[in-house]
Amino acid sequence: MPVIEVKGLSKVFGKNVKDSLKLLDEGKKKEEILQATGDTVGVNRASFEVNQGEVFVIMGLSGSGKSTLIRLINRLIEPTEGSVMVDGEDLAQMDKENLRRVRREKLSMVFQNFGLFPFRTILENAEYGLEVQGIPKEERAEKAKSALEMVGLGSYVDQYPNQLSGGMQQRVGLARALANDPEILLMDEAFSALDPLIRKDMQDELLELQDSMHKTIIFITHDLDEALRIGDRIALMKDGSIVQIGTPEDILTNPANEYVERFVEDVDRSKVLTAAHIMHRPETVNIDKHGPRVALERMREEGLSSIYVVDGHRNLKGYVTADDASDARKKEIKDLNEILRTDVPKVPLDKPMQEIIEIIYDTPVPIAVVDGEKLKGIIIRGSFLAALAGEGEVKSNV
Amino acid sequence: MFDFIPEIPVADWVDDLTEWIVETFAFIFDPLKNEFGDFIEWIADLLGAIPPIIIMVLVVVGAFFITGKKFGLAAFSLVGLIFIENQGLWTELMSTFTLVLMASLLSVIVGVPVGILMSKSKVAEAIILPILDFMQTMPAFVYLIPAVAFFSIGMVPGIFASLIFATPPTVRFTNLGIRQVSTELKEAAEAFGSTGAQKLFKLELPMAKGTIMAGINQTVMLALSMVVIASMIGAPGLGNPVVSALQRAQAGAGFVAGISIVILAIIMDRYTQSIYKKK
Repeated sequence: MPVIEVKGLSKVFGKNVKDSLKLLDEGKKKEEILQATGDTVGVNRASFEVNQGEVFVIMGLSGSGKSTLIRLINRLIEPTEGSVMVDGEDLAQMDKENLRRVRREKLSMVFQNFGLFPFRTILENAEYGLEVQGIPKEERAEKAKSALEMVGLGSYVDQYPNQLSGGMQQRVGLARALANDPEILLMDEAFSALDPLIRKDMQDELLELQDSMHKTIIFITHDLDEALRIGDRIALMKDGSIVQIGTPEDILTNPANEYVERFVEDVDRSKVLTAAHIMHRPETVNIDKHGPRVALERMREEGLSSIYVVDGHRNLKGYVTADDASDARKKEIKDLNEILRTDVPKVPLDKPMQEIIEIIYDTPVPIAVVDGEKLKGIIIRGSFLAALAGEGEVKSNV
Repeated sequence: MFDFIPEIPVADWVDDLTEWIVETFAFIFDPLKNEFGDFIEWIADLLGAIPPIIIMVLVVVGAFFITGKKFGLAAFSLVGLIFIENQGLWTELMSTFTLVLMASLLSVIVGVPVGILMSKSKVAEAIILPILDFMQTMPAFVYLIPAVAFFSIGMVPGIFASLIFATPPTVRFTNLGIRQVSTELKEAAEAFGSTGAQKLFKLELPMAKGTIMAGINQTVMLALSMVVIASMIGAPGLGNPVVSALQRAQAGAGFVAGISIVILAIIMDRYTQSIYKKK
């Protein structure tokens, strides 16, 4: 169920707003409108829905309007047109008092440069959202403390922001946003000011927190790797318009247009694609029905040097090599169990390619991709390299 | 040149306006002149009644602590105050201090809210800025004339003239301090559902505090600089000996009174500075 529904949301900065909107209707571009009316189109008719518990990433380069868009959602910037429905209420039409209520109870924001008040302690910062609601001191201290503990800063309550590192400061920003237990978190380039290693830690931590919180999160970023890492769905923005909305896989595998394609060109695919994306359908033999002879025959047909062995439920048992099978046939061994090898290189379906690299160079047989015990596919070196290079068809075999 | 334009009687208009203001607002000016005047004199008398040694001890001990337990300002205050007492200017010092204190307090009471208003509204800023320029550039003597018309002579018109001359820095710095608060912090305050007042008191004023205090320091200094001018309309204090020394060409007496003003200025400056420099 959508928690946030954004419809036709637009922002035009300038004095000839009406004319500019008309030009937008005619399909004119951002620069053409700037020339014609002197107005800057911040956001052009953005529409999307965000579901409960979803991490929705809005990404684009600087100037694409993503920061304006997130500010239109909680009306830090007044929308020119369109609606923002949160739980059936339109924020864009709301009076000030109701808007304050929604901001206090439903929407919290995390800022790029943390937005912490330097003259307040960490605890007082985390309390801020509760304080403006008029919640009694002890109660808000308690809630703020538990939010700080959630982000791992329980022992820093009496410090001031400038005594903490950037990563820790942003944790405070996150704790402040979580303290009043909002449904929705708006995160504006929340990790962009952090150095890369800390940024990755924060992403992991956010995902970990999200596993237990199930907040609805709108996350703004200019970093595609970050978007692909944390987003359940991603909206790509260009010149104020959303050009594509989809899952990370959608965006990578079916770029909607040239712009998106160029955007994803440089992505480190090994971080995004998982075993499930690059595996092939495996040739197998059934341990209950087949013997070494069948195994050898299959391998010959397919030109393989080994073959995976499963049972009637496709549970992975192991593999046999062509050499062993040939020996077994000569010795008239009928049972595959006797030549079965169980030192199988296994990975789960969602294993990122990056982590498969280490395995694939050490193994003589294809890697088995399993879902629990069941064999789902295999990864051979050739297709792995092709996927890494972004060549050929990357298809989902799930 | 331009003989075809008859001389515009601006001076007459201002005279008429002043007269009109005096008559119309007598109900405001009279109590200010009498009640407020009495109050200020009472304070000056009270300070004068306290034995100088007690005030000296308070000032010196205070100086020691506000400068972070350093002896510099404390020593200077001790020597300076003893010097003034020694020159027989103690009563004048107390009057001047009262005048400066009152003018500064009123400047802050008027200036900070006006500065806040300016920071919140472009229209207000556009209207108030030229008024501030006017207040600061108009020769201070000019204020004295209507001041006397409104409040006759004494401490009250002195404070009135000081108020006009000394308020602008507090207004300007308050405006500046609030405008300097970063957009992101303002957005943070708003995003969490602050009301306008909450944003002002919980974010903007605390953030602007240092800048506002710097403005107040300037205000105090400007109020002090009005002391001599105010004494020309009968405000008691250290300005009086300066003016009478000028009239009688007594370089020595003028110097002694001048030095006393400088000593007071330095002590007040360091005191107010220490408030905004403290973190």
